[in-house]
Amino acid sequence: MEINPFVIFIASIFTGNVLLTNFLGMCSYLSISKDLKSSFGLGQAVIFVMTATTVLNYLVYKYILVPFDLEYLRFIVFIIVIAAFVQFVEMLLERFMPNLYYTLGIFLPLITVNCAILGVALFMVIREYNFLQSLAYGAGGGIGWTLAISALAAIRQKVDESRVPKGLQGAGFAMIVTGIMALAFIGFSGMLPIQ
Amino acid sequence: MAIEIIRTVSIISGMGVLLAAVLTLAERFLLNYGICKIIINKDREIEVKGGNHLLGSLIQNDIFIPSACGGRGSCGLCKVKVLSGGGPLLPTETPYLTKEEQENNVRLSCQVKVREDIEIEIPEELFNIREYTTRVEKIEELTHDIKTLTLRFLNGEEMDFRPGQYVQIKVPKYGKNTEEVYRAYSIASSASRKDSIQLIIRRVPEGICTTYIFDYLKEGDLLDLNGAYGDFYLRDTDREIIYIAGGSGLAPIKSMLHQMEEEGISRKATFFFGCVGKRDLYYIDEMKAFEGKIPNFKFVPALSGAGENEGWDGETGLITEVVDRYIKDGSNMEAYLCGSPGMIDACIKVLYNKGVTDDRIFYDKF
Repeated sequence: MEINPFVIFIASIFTGNVLLTNFLGMCSYLSISKDLKSSFGLGQAVIFVMTATTVLNYLVYKYILVPFDLEYLRFIVFIIVIAAFVQFVEMLLERFMPNLYYTLGIFLPLITVNCAILGVALFMVIREYNFLQSLAYGAGGGIGWTLAISALAAIRQKVDESRVPKGLQGAGFAMIVTGIMALAFIGFSGMLPIQ
Repeated sequence: MAIEIIRTVSIISGMGVLLAAVLTLAERFLLNYGICKIIINKDREIEVKGGNHLLGSLIQNDIFIPSACGGRGSCGLCKVKVLSGGGPLLPTETPYLTKEEQENNVRLSCQVKVREDIEIEIPEELFNIREYTTRVEKIEELTHDIKTLTLRFLNGEEMDFRPGQYVQIKVPKYGKNTEEVYRAYSIASSASRKDSIQLIIRRVPEGICTTYIFDYLKEGDLLDLNGAYGDFYLRDTDREIIYIAGGSGLAPIKSMLHQMEEEGISRKATFFFGCVGKRDLYYIDEMKAFEGKIPNFKFVPALSGAGENEGWDGETGLITEVVDRYIKDGSNMEAYLCGSPGMIDACIKVLYNKGVTDDRIFYDKF
């Protein structure tokens, strides 16, 4: 696996976007994307948590799970690490950024079970990334997720002012937009191979 | 095999322990704000443990901000002006604050957390609001669904209030009710009697507080309350007064009438009291007696659903119709209304038509 970390970073933002090509992290993506500001706030939290937990999980995997032959426990271990880290971030936010803390409200705990974050950690193992590659993949994955949710939020805000047929309003329209965006992103997936 | 199990379990548990330890330490140091100062109206200073909501911190120091929902952020009553240190305006507050209030740094005290020294401004009269413990001296049945409570303050304490104001009764846990709640009731007795107060309470089917009062509370029991709250009181002008009340809304009006009698206020005044049937009427003799004690006072009880054979010779019809018949020109009148929102809104419409202006209509909706 000798892919340049920078290539992985760019690829995970655009051509291998975790949300638009793997469809991970859809629940908060659909529920928060009504408002650009909150979307971007949540996106920042995801970037931070994803980067940090991917690195943490890499270290845990390489230095604890592999030496003791416990790779088969990676699901539960990754989940615990992510949950503890999110809790920690929640406390940090409450202390230093109360406004963001209240804006994200119930959604911050949702990051704990955001499958994109667990998914990135698992892909990192499957694709046998090294430390730098994992760091690049985590950061890129977070940025890619933020890009996708911000794009959808911006589109939804514009669409709010136009007349959407009743049956398509809200989630229905968001799904269609997501599908079209995914088509566009997947179209470029061959340009940068990352696995 | 056994060793493998023990090793696996201890490694996973060890990680759990480590993470839990980190979180506990973080909780301890990150969410610990030490002792914070609250400066009130620039001259009073109290010290509280940081990290709690402003409303609760003030209550601990015996400063009672009116709040009907008990700090859940759903009633929007606990507004205070935060001059410094409250942090940014939170999305949970904005629905309850007007643009003007937001510009003037008005906040909901149940949402603002005390994380640093904080400076606030509250109306001076809130300092008079306190918690009292009372003994139930008398429970009297006035009608089939209305009772009056006489509550005497313990230890010779006294309450200062303006006629028309209300208190909040603390309903303890009882039966199926699993949390303490507060409910507001207007004071019906005279403000010159400070050692006890009288409340008029109408039974609300399934109501948490009224069920407690009607089915659980007995004479001699203790009851906690706080107050007095509200800006429903007699304005000091020369205008003619119209009182309109329905059901248990008579309470604050009765207190105001005591005030008129005691202070010798001789402004022209008419009290329209609306009920459904004869069995809903109460305190009729007392109100009639005021006609002799207050110069220029007239009492007009009216029944909206009086049957032919009930022997009622007073006014009939909805209270709005009666008011409509009695008032000719409202341009120099002042109205005080107490009753259900529906009744009040309907009466306000009638008063507008008679020329009573918005700034001369005062009401207490419940």
